[in-house]
Amino acid sequence: MSRTHAKLDLDPVTVRKARSLARKAGRPIVRLAQQHTTVSVERATLRLAGLSGADGEGTPWANRLLDAVRADVGLEHGAALPVWDALARGEAEDLVTLAQKASAGSVRFEVPEGVRARRARAASRRQVGAGIKQVDRRRAERDRLVKRHGDAPRQPWIYLIVATGDIYEDIPQAQQAAREGADVIAVIRSTGQSLLDFVPEGATREGFAGTYATQENFRLMRAALDESSKELGRYVRLTNYASGLCMPEIAALAGLERLDMMLNDSMYGILFRDINPVRTFVDQRFSRQVHARAGIIINTGEDNYLTTADAVEAAHTVTTSQLLNEYFAKEAGLEDWQLGLGHAFEIDPSVPESFRLELAHALLARELFPKAPLKWMPPTRHMTGDVFRGYLLDGFFNLVGAMTGQGILLVGMMTEAVVTPWLSDRDLALQNVRYVLDAAGGLREDFHPAPDGLIANRARQVLGETIDLLDKIADEGLLDAIADGTFGLMRRPADGGRGLEGVARKADDYYNPASEILEEAT
Amino acid sequence: MSQIVRPYGDTTGDGMVQLSFTLPISHSKRAEGAAQQLATKMGMDPALVVHAKPMGPDFTFFVVYGRVNHLVDVDAVEVVERDYPLLTPKEVNASIKRALRRRLVVIGACIGTDAHTVGIDAILNIKGFAGEKGLEYYREIKVVNLGAQVSVPQLVDRAVDERADAVLVSQVVTQRDAHLLNTREMSAAFGEAFPAERKPLLVVGGPRFDEAMAGELGVDRIFGRGTTPGEVASYLVHKVAS
Repeated sequence: MSRTHAKLDLDPVTVRKARSLARKAGRPIVRLAQQHTTVSVERATLRLAGLSGADGEGTPWANRLLDAVRADVGLEHGAALPVWDALARGEAEDLVTLAQKASAGSVRFEVPEGVRARRARAASRRQVGAGIKQVDRRRAERDRLVKRHGDAPRQPWIYLIVATGDIYEDIPQAQQAAREGADVIAVIRSTGQSLLDFVPEGATREGFAGTYATQENFRLMRAALDESSKELGRYVRLTNYASGLCMPEIAALAGLERLDMMLNDSMYGILFRDINPVRTFVDQRFSRQVHARAGIIINTGEDNYLTTADAVEAAHTVTTSQLLNEYFAKEAGLEDWQLGLGHAFEIDPSVPESFRLELAHALLARELFPKAPLKWMPPTRHMTGDVFRGYLLDGFFNLVGAMTGQGILLVGMMTEAVVTPWLSDRDLALQNVRYVLDAAGGLREDFHPAPDGLIANRARQVLGETIDLLDKIADEGLLDAIADGTFGLMRRPADGGRGLEGVARKADDYYNPASEILEEAT
Repeated sequence: MSQIVRPYGDTTGDGMVQLSFTLPISHSKRAEGAAQQLATKMGMDPALVVHAKPMGPDFTFFVVYGRVNHLVDVDAVEVVERDYPLLTPKEVNASIKRALRRRLVVIGACIGTDAHTVGIDAILNIKGFAGEKGLEYYREIKVVNLGAQVSVPQLVDRAVDERADAVLVSQVVTQRDAHLLNTREMSAAFGEAFPAERKPLLVVGGPRFDEAMAGELGVDRIFGRGTTPGEVASYLVHKVAS
């Protein structure tokens, strides 16, 4: 990411303090994640070992197999020991056959001990290792293609969304968006997928307000954008969502199919989908380890807080969450260039000096995370249906993006809250972005806010409030803070929410070859 | 006496409107002619194509200005007017106390696959909307917000358990008319689960509903975009207290 000269003159001691408080608040959560596993972590492991496909009713074999294992021996030992022990005992010659037999009830799983356990560990490690090798090959392939076709011509990268519900409709739309200048294409997921406890299978043509994330849909879209990259002479990136109940599996599929960015927030599922906090943090850690390995850039979801909480009052909760997301990301092995930390232009435009406040917040994020490709999200909450006013607001949003060196700019649509974007909305929106970047792309050079002016003071104030909040969180615990409604005004107790039944505390003999390999790397 | 209006550009009676749209053809003189013809067919005469821009090889975007000859008799327009008095939170609380001698129970949810809780939260969360506090702020209203992606059977069960006086459902996603399908499914389920006299008030809200469709969808009231918590509270009180 491009270099920044400090414009806010943040006190380095304060910044260090903020990071150390984030570490203090996050460490117990990491320990909690290390002590537990989830059904989705185990299924992701099976998928990395090559298990794919689904039965006649569309239930994935990964779910079938894990459910059978769990019924026999529980979840607490992990899937690897009982599954590869069964394979070694000759119950089936491969994973799919084993899954088929298991769902017919003709396999009995056991937790092996001694030599049998050692054999199962080694065999599972070999097979899962081969899957992780495939992820490595995909990463190398991306590097090669970026070199061959060239990278996005400038920053911020222009990020556009397609969402028809039909992958075969999405493909031409995505290719057209790329032609019109998109550097990153995001395929919005079907509403509700985050609460499915399985990943649908195959190419899908129906979805509400989005398209299902499936391995085949990933493959089809990546192949289409590879064509576009070749045609346009620049590598066009693909984004999807590793969130919801299946985020570890979706992360694994993204790694296997060379997706380039994934939405992957440490708390979004808890706050906005009411998924159990423990389930989320365990799934989060595993999915981030996969993303780290796959060279995928994650996008965090702080912008969402500002859709429910006030963007001025809650500005420090965004910064707090960014610092926590950074800690969790680094702990899982992600590097700075992979941290698309989120924030948004959501201040009520009727607030006096709202533009300067936006500049202050955006600049604070830029300077706190100088090497991260920040993800800058457009206004949604104050888009009223007055598309003309909305177009102006999007222009100011773009200007903040240019002036504060944001890494990824999600293109705002003037028809936000009115319709899913029309072809013409997208075209007008891209003209808006291009105009601002062409007209003011270099303004950053000349932009030095007065050291005692509103912008610098506001940034310091938000950082100060962030420290106070982190202090409180570190003190009382992040889980309690979440339960109290600290983020996005959502109250989510640690023992509530969806998916808790899919969490188990690891037994002493728990083994997961994927975690083992992924953690060796970091 | 009826009031007849036509659009106003910069002079009374000029009838001027603006219109923009895309045609799936490449940009050419003929394409501009096609745009003009479409506008004329829509009642704009003269129609002036002021802007035409190619979007890729296959599409052209147009902006058209022109005069429409249609007239509207404002008095003959039918809308759902607010047919209940707007009360302050204090008045709402007092009316509930007087009429029910217990708290009014309101259950809220986004049903079906809709995950957009913005609408229901604006009405229910204490934070509220447009400067008005949400229903959680009202001392005499018990709010049970079930959040997003609640199934209709779950909603009915909770309504039974909580002895709900009113059920508020928000629907934002409108792809393939999901909001209409979900609403019909909900009203049918409540119709089956409750005898008519014990059925809670069914209220739906969302930006794309037609407020006049309540009867057709089997609900008591539809609230459109911009509805505030105070309006909803006042409506509920009006229905249960009268």
